Amino acid sequence: MMQPSPLTSTVAFHLGPIPITRPVATTWVIIAVLAGASWLLTRRLEAKPDRWHAVLEIIVSAIGDQIEDVMRKAARPFLPVLGTLFIYLVAANLSGMLPAVQAPTSRIETPAALALVVFFSVHFFGIRARGLRGYLASFAQPKLIMLPLNVLSEVTRTFSMMVRLFGNVMSGEFVIGLIVALAGLFVPVPLMVLEILVGLVQAYIFTVLATVFIGAAVSSVGKA
Amino acid sequence: MDVKLISIIGAVVAVSIGSLGPAFAEGRSVAAAMDAIARQPEAAGTISRTLFVGLAMIETVAIYCLVIALLLLYANPYTG
Repeated sequence: MMQPSPLTSTVAFHLGPIPITRPVATTWVIIAVLAGASWLLTRRLEAKPDRWHAVLEIIVSAIGDQIEDVMRKAARPFLPVLGTLFIYLVAANLSGMLPAVQAPTSRIETPAALALVVFFSVHFFGIRARGLRGYLASFAQPKLIMLPLNVLSEVTRTFSMMVRLFGNVMSGEFVIGLIVALAGLFVPVPLMVLEILVGLVQAYIFTVLATVFIGAAVSSVGKA
Repeated sequence: MDVKLISIIGAVVAVSIGSLGPAFAEGRSVAAAMDAIARQPEAAGTISRTLFVGLAMIETVAIYCLVIALLLLYANPYTG
């Protein structure tokens, strides 16, 4: 008995000539749900917070505090991209627990896109903080001979972020699929609990690594 | 032996041997973090955050082996 390959994704439907795969369709649903919920909850914010307002403030300020702890800088410029990344990752990793839904991060293209977002935002924040010349000069620190290694590490760490997220989420789903096929209906429940933990931890790690990379790019101390 | 059999053996070897090193490394780093938290409980937040990031880095090695095993099983370039 062969599992379907985890390296290819099934086509859900065609939008004109363009095939739309299931991870992409799931991503659109997650984007719609998150954006709709955010719009509904922040539609009228008042100075005296009601219950949902307080929940939102707790979430946003907790993410901001974490960013400040890691970067030792004011979190406000980085909060939109990193907070959105974290909330989307939590939603995407946990969406695999719903019946008949496959986590979009368990196929290689969504982690690749997210890692590219991090890659470009590192350079964006780095150039904005130090100017183009200063940022490019930071690649030649501490010595000019380190230049190839620094450039190479930009590529490899993006690649390893992609493979880490993909491998963790995909292997969890893969193991659950194997155990359902071998043992039966309720046996993989402990593994699914573990998968919830892994999904949360991977979302946290992806965001913290993005924070560390951006922090290294904007700080004047040198590359981490 | 045909290519399929060799690929299966290669996948098994990649995962089993490739997970040995990260397993020892994660054990050592968790033990070191435990030691550090026991000595300085007030630094537990910083230590555990660094531990998580480090564990993710170590785990990536095992994940690479898993991806190579899956490539051998599902996207093998030698079995047509």
